[in-house]
This record gives sequence, C-alpha cells and structure tokens, in this order.
Amino acid sequence: NMAGLELLSDQGYRLDGRKPSELRKVQARMGVFAQGDGSAYIEQGNTKALAVVYGPHEVRGSRGKALHDRAVINCQFSMATFSTAERKRRPHGDRKSSEVSQHLKQTFEAAILTQLYPRSQIDIYVKILQSDGGNYSASVNAATLAVIDAGIPLRDYVCACSAGFVEDTPLADLCHAEEAGGGTVLSLALLPQGGQIALLQMDARLHQDHLDTLMEAAMTACRSLSTVLDRVVREHLQEVTTLTAE
Amino acid sequence: MATVQISEAEKVYIVHGVRDDLRVDGRGCEDYRHMEIETDVVSNTDGSARVKLGYSDILVGIKAEIGRPRPMVPDEGFLEFFVDCSANATPEFEGRGGEDLGTEISNTLYKVFNNPHSVDLRALCISPKEHCWILYVDVLLLQCDGNLYDAISVAVKAALFNTRIPRVQISEDDEGTKEIELSDDPYDCMRLSVENVPCIVTLCKVGQRHIVDATLQEKACSKACLLLSVTSRGTVTCVRKIGGGSLDPESIFEMTETGKRVGKALQSPLMELLQKEESLGKKRQKVGFLG
Repeated sequence: NMAGLELLSDQGYRLDGRKPSELRKVQARMGVFAQGDGSAYIEQGNTKALAVVYGPHEVRGSRGKALHDRAVINCQFSMATFSTAERKRRPHGDRKSSEVSQHLKQTFEAAILTQLYPRSQIDIYVKILQSDGGNYSASVNAATLAVIDAGIPLRDYVCACSAGFVEDTPLADLCHAEEAGGGTVLSLALLPQGGQIALLQMDARLHQDHLDTLMEAAMTACRSLSTVLDRVVREHLQEVTTLTAE
Repeated sequence: MATVQISEAEKVYIVHGVRDDLRVDGRGCEDYRHMEIETDVVSNTDGSARVKLGYSDILVGIKAEIGRPRPMVPDEGFLEFFVDCSANATPEFEGRGGEDLGTEISNTLYKVFNNPHSVDLRALCISPKEHCWILYVDVLLLQCDGNLYDAISVAVKAALFNTRIPRVQISEDDEGTKEIELSDDPYDCMRLSVENVPCIVTLCKVGQRHIVDATLQEKACSKACLLLSVTSRGTVTCVRKIGGGSLDPESIFEMTETGKRVGKALQSPLMELLQKEESLGKKRQKVGFLG
C-alpha cells in the first residue's frame, strides 16, 4: 500500500492493535450545553465531535427556503483549526467540509420526521474538536444524540461507521492512518431497525464481489454503535428523571 | 447567543439592583461568576485549555510551528491569533456571520498578548533572522453567555501555561547550511513563563456604577464598557473602550482602579489552580466534555 505501513499484520491485528471488526472505544454525553435546544458530545477513539441542534424554529433568512409540507434541515460541519495534526487555516467553507455538511443534511432528511414540522427549520451544527479518522461517522453519531436531546422525533437512531478493505479483509471504523493508507474507504449511515441505508459513499475502486462483505461489515458496526447510543440515551434519561424527581 | 433583547422593566430592575450592589444572580458588583478551568484537553495541540464562565464556554488550542521571524524584530518569535465564532454557539454565527466578532476579538488579543512585555517572545527565537517559533493560538467559542474577553484571556493564559514546545538543535555542516533537529525525546520540552501574561477585566457601566463579569442581560443595560488587561502585579498593559456609548474621564479613572484591583485578585487563584492541576500529573482524571 501507499503509506508503506502494514495495515493488517500477519497475526490479523491492525495498526492500533484492534481486530478487523473491532470498533474504537465510544464515549458520549448528551445535554452538554444549556443554550441550544439539544447538544451532544462523542468520542470515538481519538476523534471527538460536538453537535448542537437548534429548532424546530421559523425559517431564517429568505422565506423562499421554507417547504410547505416538511421542515428544512440545515447542517453546518466544521473542524476546529487545531483539530488536525497540521493546523487548518479555516474551520469551515472549504470543499471537504461543505461536502460533509451536504452529506449530514441528506442523512438527517432521511431520519428526522420532517413532515411533522412544515414551514420550519432545524439547524444541526457539528464541530470536530479532534480528528483521527471517521469525521463523518462521528458527526452523524453526535448529531443523532443531539437531535434526540432536542426532542425531535426520529424514525430510528442514525448510526454511521466507516469500513475499509485490506488484504481481502474488511476493517471496521478506520482511524486516520488507515484512512490515509490509500485503500478503499466506505462510509455508511444506517437506520438499524429497518436496516435502511441513509447514506452510502465509497471513493475508491473495489471489486464488485467484495462490496457485499464490506457493506455487511459496515452495517454490523453501525448496529453495534446503535446499542451504544441507545445505552447513552437511556442513561441520560435516567439521570434527568431522577434529577427532576428530587 | 451573542446578544439578548430585554424589556424596559427588566432594565430598570437590573439597574436598581446594581445600584444597591446586589445583582440579579446574587453577586456583588465586583464578583465573577463560577469559573471552571481545565488544561490539556485536545491531544493534537501543543497546549490547550477549556474555560467555562457562567454558560460561556471557550476552548483554546495552541500549536507551535517553525517560521521566519518578522524583519523588524529578528530575534523574537510571535503569536498568531484566530477566533472561531462557531455556529455551535449561536445560529447567527453560521457561514460568515461570526467573522466580524472574531476579527474584533483577535485584534484585541494581538494587542494584549503579542508583545515582549506579556510573553517572552525572545525565548521563541531559534536562530535570529532565520527561524523562530510561531504560536498559533486558536480560540473556539462554543457557547456565549457574556463577558467573552475575560474568559478568553483566562483560557489563553491557561493554554500558554500548558504549552510545551519541543527543543530544537541547530547543526551546521561544512558548507555552512544550517539544519534544525527536533529532539527525539517527546518530554524534552521548553515552557513559556506566564508570570507577566495579563488577564483581561471588562467593566461595564450600568447606571451610575460599574460591574465586573456582566451577563448578557446586564450587558444589554450597559451603554459602554472598559476593557483592561492587568498583570499579576496590578500593572495595566492595555485599555480599550468598547460599546456604542461614551464615558466621562472620571468614570474611566474609577473603572481603571477597580479593574486593577479585580485583575490582581483574579491572577493568584488562577496560577494556584494551574499549578495544582499540573502537580497531579498523570493521576489527574480528565473531565473534558464527558463530565
């Protein structure tokens, strides 16, 4: 491969010691901020993302944007200038972050019950504080929790995960070194209960025969993530209800 | 929220409270809100700190890069500031909405911190006229609840305290070309002295009195504010009037006196806290955003 690193050792371990299907440690918290309508923070390994949700509220700016039958989903993805190894000059507005903003918008249009809020707008802002691969996935997972924290109804949790393909083995939840390693990277957002795919993206060539295995690996990873997110939500609700009961 | 709108009745209530030295949240005129500080929160940086003041939430990351010294001061390194008013703080900042505020704050930060009296810029020089360290101080606003300047200055000071710059060695070969070598040991680092680094105290004139650490509601009642940067010895290094209204010389004098007193009182607990946190070393439980 291009980086000259061995992404998968002969013993079947990855650069950071994980097994091919193993996810990085996930830690998350809902309701980190008081001012937004919903907020959440997630750590997936060394990738850290913060999501804030405002709305549903009146459509801001030009009225022409408003949709008569559903809510407008407005997303902005940005990265802290110090989040990457090399300092970034701008937090957002570059081609890469605009692309992720678009993807987030598509993902959440598929997941939020937008028809419940006609002529209104929901803002989802995601900030990457520390980047170590899987920025899109961490953003989706953080935003899901923030949307739930805001009390906006979803069809299901949206969980996202990346997967790569090295030496005929699918790898789940890639870190930065693995993403930069030059292999195939697939990003997938899943609504796990119905098995519906909200977003699918793959940027490199891959033999068609392998696509199924790769997608299956990503979907399995998404399902495991959904159990983690579900636990975070339940724990948060438990905490909130005991606090309000006192 | 960057600003709030309040009714006349609320304004009267706040102004009367300030007159009697009892503010809406129970504080006196010279009291700060509860402040939380944590350093070393982002591992991709050379130094970082997070400060919460009320609901204001600031994250500062510092990255050191090697660059060329400025021609006017060939034996000094320098600081570069960038303030990111992110949409996370308020939807008003979406797109380019936060740029004006960001530029205004970063310009003030240049004036306060980027001079040899505040930071030992000479220590950042590697070889005169050729190489120096540039510290990129990136401020991220996560939530705005008034008094951003004070919170940012504390966060910058804490992050500078936390900054570790790798030691470098310059070797020269036979032809006289210099080469910079970074130390192999990640713990072989240089640290900056933050002894003379000032903190900003913003005083807002509300009615006939002035208050420290104004909330957004109090800020809305204030015609004009005075920003002072004060060192641990009580020296004022920068004064700036902000806001649309005007101030008479007498109140500027009074506000400067208060600012000196409050600024000096702010510095010693801050240093104590930073030193205490550092003394815990690796044992310290990192809280970050999970706590």
